Amino acid sequence: MSRPKPPLPYNMREVLQPGDAACPGCPIPMAWKVLSAVFGEKMILVIPACCSSVVVGPYPGNALKASIIHVAFASAAAVASGVAEALKRRGINDVQVIAWAGDGGTADIGMASLSGAAERNHDFIYIMYDNEAYMNTGIQRSGATPYGAWTTTTPIIGKTEHKKDVARIMIAHNVPYVATASVGYPHDLYAKLQRAKKIRGFKFIHLHAPCPVGWRFDPRYTVRIAKLAVETGLWILYEYYDGKIHLSGASRPYIDPARRKPIEEYLKYQGRFRNITPEKIEEIKRYVEMNWNWIKKHM
Amino acid sequence: MGEKLVLTGNYAVAYAAKLARVDIVAAYPITPQTTIVEKIAELIESGEMDAIMINVESEHSALAATFGAAVAGARVLTATSSHGLMYMHEYLHWTSRARIPVVLALVTRTLAPGWNIWSSHDDFYGQRDTGWILSFALDNQEVLDTTIQAFKISEDPRVYLPVLVALDAFILSHTSMPVELPDEKQVAEWLGPRRQGYVVDGRELLAIGNLTWPEDTEEMVMDLWRAMEESYNVIKEVDREYGKLFGRSYGGLIQCINCSDAKYLAVAMGAWSGDLMEAVNMLREEGYSIGVLRVRFYRPFPHRDIWEYARGVKGLIVYDRAISFGAWGQLYTDTVAGLYQYTTKLPIISNVIAGVGGVNVTAEEFYELTKNFIEKIEGGEEPPRITWYHRR
Ligand SMILES: Cc1ncc(C[n+]2csc(CCOP(=O)(O)OP(=O)(O)O)c2C)c(N)n1
Ligand code: SF4
Ligand SMILES: [Mg+2]
Repeated sequence: MSRPKPPLPYNMREVLQPGDAACPGCPIPMAWKVLSAVFGEKMILVIPACCSSVVVGPYPGNALKASIIHVAFASAAAVASGVAEALKRRGINDVQVIAWAGDGGTADIGMASLSGAAERNHDFIYIMYDNEAYMNTGIQRSGATPYGAWTTTTPIIGKTEHKKDVARIMIAHNVPYVATASVGYPHDLYAKLQRAKKIRGFKFIHLHAPCPVGWRFDPRYTVRIAKLAVETGLWILYEYYDGKIHLSGASRPYIDPARRKPIEEYLKYQGRFRNITPEKIEEIKRYVEMNWNWIKKHM
Repeated sequence: MGEKLVLTGNYAVAYAAKLARVDIVAAYPITPQTTIVEKIAELIESGEMDAIMINVESEHSALAATFGAAVAGARVLTATSSHGLMYMHEYLHWTSRARIPVVLALVTRTLAPGWNIWSSHDDFYGQRDTGWILSFALDNQEVLDTTIQAFKISEDPRVYLPVLVALDAFILSHTSMPVELPDEKQVAEWLGPRRQGYVVDGRELLAIGNLTWPEDTEEMVMDLWRAMEESYNVIKEVDREYGKLFGRSYGGLIQCINCSDAKYLAVAMGAWSGDLMEAVNMLREEGYSIGVLRVRFYRPFPHRDIWEYARGVKGLIVYDRAISFGAWGQLYTDTVAGLYQYTTKLPIISNVIAGVGGVNVTAEEFYELTKNFIEKIEGGEEPPRITWYHRR
């Protein structure tokens, strides 16, 4: 069965004007393209300190065709709460408020403010774009950095803890909508944003975003690596609403371990896993299996 | 004449928020600020006040959410104390540098360890360089009036800066006094609709806070400084207008009592200035030529007004309820530097640090300290420049 693909603007310049400061192969503008396809210019992005603060380009310019409020590192969800309430108060209901934050600004320093906003169920979408480290400050480890990965603060033996599963934490908040997504699957992201747009209350999207600079891969492979994460079963695409996990189409085949590509396929393209040992790869496999079991239990 | 109620300082803040028709309040509880939040919640839930309350999970988020709501066009208020203010500190800078009108009520409280809920002014002074307009009330009537005035000042196009209104823990926050409430409609008319330099509400594309080069940044900071200078006149103007409309004004940035012919001045800020006034009355009765200069707005610093009264005096004694470790009391430092703008021949200016940690200082003690200062000078001696006044 072939469904019609949603219309996405394939000319990046319709979304991001000259003057942006993204690295080649950066996942951020890829996602913004999809956001723009869903909301047009009618969105306010609340952006804490992160790569995106740079990517939009310096004052007095602004490369992204959207309204932006740059905010302090720990506060994206809190500021977005205030903006959403003010728009409600003023009767403005055709503008989407989006907190757009990195993994550090979400899983670490912003966690309390995220949790608070989710519990209060403010009406906005929180998108955590996850490049799995503090890239803006030079690739330091975050709570969302995966096990075994090199960063500048896990320089020799790699990270010794697993990734913090923020989507699951958000599910535990009983918010109306949680989803995982990937920059490698723009149509999937598009559909998820469309659904989120129609739901009132707090929506959370955990967006996997491979970063060539921090993960040490050739910038041309951003999409390939994003896809490999899904095809190896390492990154699972799903939605959570009505109290259940709904596995997304792209991830459905990989519920069967036999259909997954070997984890090594994903790791080998990335310099950050260059020194990983076979034992550690086994540990990653165990972790992936554990995640799938959790998903299956909650479907 | 408006309605008269018996209100604590904290309730005076809550009623001021109602009278100013605040749209959104975001706050987090901390002693002794809590009853502000509780009263506002009650006013909203009982239908007396039409506003949205965001019960955030921390003070950092309290001011962040307040900021967000303000940027999106709402009239906002938050309130805190002590450690709450410390936790918010990042957002004080953020708000002023973004030039967003916000009003914050601060119930001044000592910092820990150890835990101490009584009033010192350390939390207040910790915000000295944030670019906020900083005011300090004497009594609950002034808490109410200054909070309403704060919206007018903050939303003035010549200013567009956040305003902090301080009141001392317990001495005001939990002490009931008769407070006259101005007519709500009249206040609404006077304040007018919310005004701010820009609104981010998605109607037009606007980005605030992008990466900024050094020269642009310096110009923005200079602009903030200019707005703060400009606010000096606005504060006076607002206080005068308020007086005409509602029958009470406070002399602008300072209040000086018994000052016109005084040879000595006692300078202080906050509720204990009331005790100092009592002491000065006693001294006046004994023939001492002294006045009290109460600082009502600490930023912008009212150096012009202080000079106006200090010109020609023999000595000033400045009482500080906090200390800048390794230096002096903050009000003292500013008074000395402020007067130096006008003369190279300063009178004798002494600093007494007292009341820290909430230690009570009575009118009698102010009387002794101030009298001692005058006697020393009159006797041809030089009083010490800085003293800790501490007793058990
Ligand atoms: C309070 C505070 N602490 C630290 C920083 C420095 N800082 C800025 S961005 C950043 C890392 C951001 O990481 P992440 O949220 O993952 O976004 P990314 O840069 O990876 O896109 C850090 C540590 C800051 N701006 N504010
Ligand atoms: S470091 Fe990575 S996420 Fe950051 S701008 Fe460069 S490519 Fe994008
Ligand atoms: Mg990151």
